[in-house]
Amino acid sequence: MQNPYLPYPVRIDEIITETEDRSLKTFKFVFLNPADEEKFTYESGQFGELSIPGLGEIPIGIASSPMEKGFIKFTIFKTGKVTSYLHAMKEGDIMGVRGPLGHPFPWKTLEGKNIVIIGGGFAFTTLRSSIISMLDPANRSKFKDIHVIYGARSPGMLLYKDELAAWAKRDDIHMNITVDGTDDPDWKYLTGFVPTVTEQKAPPGNSDTYAIICGPPIMIKFTQPVLDNLGYNHDNILMSLENKMKCGIGICGRCNIGKDFVCKDGPVFTLSQLNNMPKEY
Amino acid sequence: MKLIKIDKQSWDEGIEKTKSAYRVFGPVKEKNDHEFKLLEKSELPDLNYQNTRLSPKSIIYPQSQIMFTYSLDENKEDFRIMKEVENVKSPMAIIGIRPCDALSFPIVRRNFDTPEYQDTYWIKAYEATTFVGLACNTACSTCFCTSAGTGPFGEEGLDVLLIADGDDLYAKIITPKGEAFASSAGWTMEAESAVASKIDEMKTTAESSIASSVATDQLKNKTTLELYDAPFWEQEAFACINCGTCTYVCPTCWCFDVQDETYGKSGIRMRNWDSCMFPLFTHHASGHNPRNLKYERVRQRFMHKLKYYVDKYDNGIQCVGCGRCIRFCPVNIDIRKICDKMNSFDPEACACEVTSS
Repeated sequence: MQNPYLPYPVRIDEIITETEDRSLKTFKFVFLNPADEEKFTYESGQFGELSIPGLGEIPIGIASSPMEKGFIKFTIFKTGKVTSYLHAMKEGDIMGVRGPLGHPFPWKTLEGKNIVIIGGGFAFTTLRSSIISMLDPANRSKFKDIHVIYGARSPGMLLYKDELAAWAKRDDIHMNITVDGTDDPDWKYLTGFVPTVTEQKAPPGNSDTYAIICGPPIMIKFTQPVLDNLGYNHDNILMSLENKMKCGIGICGRCNIGKDFVCKDGPVFTLSQLNNMPKEY
Repeated sequence: MKLIKIDKQSWDEGIEKTKSAYRVFGPVKEKNDHEFKLLEKSELPDLNYQNTRLSPKSIIYPQSQIMFTYSLDENKEDFRIMKEVENVKSPMAIIGIRPCDALSFPIVRRNFDTPEYQDTYWIKAYEATTFVGLACNTACSTCFCTSAGTGPFGEEGLDVLLIADGDDLYAKIITPKGEAFASSAGWTMEAESAVASKIDEMKTTAESSIASSVATDQLKNKTTLELYDAPFWEQEAFACINCGTCTYVCPTCWCFDVQDETYGKSGIRMRNWDSCMFPLFTHHASGHNPRNLKYERVRQRFMHKLKYYVDKYDNGIQCVGCGRCIRFCPVNIDIRKICDKMNSFDPEACACEVTSS
């Protein structure tokens, strides 16, 4: 019997400060035991429990893609006890990771479909993973058009700026990068809130088009009616939820929404599913 | 099924004999109540009791349990690496557990032992344990086991069922695990054939002494959102003080928290019973709390036991009818009343009531 609570030891290989306010950092981890990397075989949309002995564990979406080998990446917002400590850790430090946990985005269903990725703020981590996976030469032909609408408060608050710029130059992905507002004269992308940009740029809904939305509640609240107007079926709208978690494997009992656990049965749900669940998230 | 007669002397001697092969737990009187304790040498379980104040769940699932240890000493090779604590369970036996509490273990097992993940701590302790039950000849006014999936002579979850008839004690062997326990105690004398029908009579009498019940037949047919949005939750939760007593005394409440405790340069990761009655249970680091209000937490407790569990496992309610939460609730919240409200809830009738008022 495998102990599902035992973290794999990892070393912090690299720390990248993502945003101008330094509230978001990306941590690249390397497994101390190479065999553990095999066990941590994941798909985009899943999460891991990052474990710091003496402080506790935090559930964080996996920002790296399974197509990237030799490491896993997590982008972390400094907000509580564990994340604040993590932000003060250094490259070379040892900690732990458990996972992969939860269900990924439904990649089998998404094959052959148009994909519209809508992200806001720092909820772009598993979306980055998804984009990297889909754009990989081994996978790109499996999907039709790929649209991305990603917004942040200001240019300096966008995650993965170099990658965003590189994707914007490609012809096999429609990038719509937006900020709420900026006085930067060099800003060459869009200005406006995510729901407005979605209204203007997203393709109309049909059975072959799926939207994946991750963002702050306010963004989701105003984007949903836009997608309704565009004709998106609620089965074709995918969301990734968060709740307070401890075990991450559906046992400790706190992250439930109705009979489903965000950790084990989610974190990915369709809007149709969520419509029939209590709003306890 | 084998029926054994145990006389006073072979009971005393048998319990003592089993202690060489098992860690034996049994009800012992402590102040005003009985509690399950590890029996010391020559200590006997006190079978003259109704039920314990706390359920025996902590024998399998301790209130605090060390999961891992770690070192924060940078000079050590295992600096910041979690290490498993030794988790080898020697055989245990729980003597005198009531049938309601016995049923709680198969219920809780559905949470800890799943196809995807196995909680090694719970499972090893459970598998090492032999459950020796004691049939109830009389009931409390708060007992409703017969409508909660078992009964005063219920056998689910038990390896042996003891039946006390005056000074006579009989043991019904239910599983091979129970057989092994009885033989380690040296209990081999088969009861006379007339005893079986006597026990059936006692069972019928005991069952008819259970005066209260819950109706659960309609819970599955209701939609989750209808029950969730039912108008009675705020009123039912009004008196609740969120003390969490109901969840701690409940044999089927399984939720836990995980905490690290550091002493100097070393520490432990442990899990502790937690309660859905506490605001921190679901409090996000951002400050947001999806169950911020008291009534939302009360609703969660009852919806979990009487709707979510029912839908998830299709195996009855997550309640064994022991009545502890009713007896120990400081504000007299009664799961039987709430279960009946949920079971008989008609959202359309309710809508009419609201419109007409």
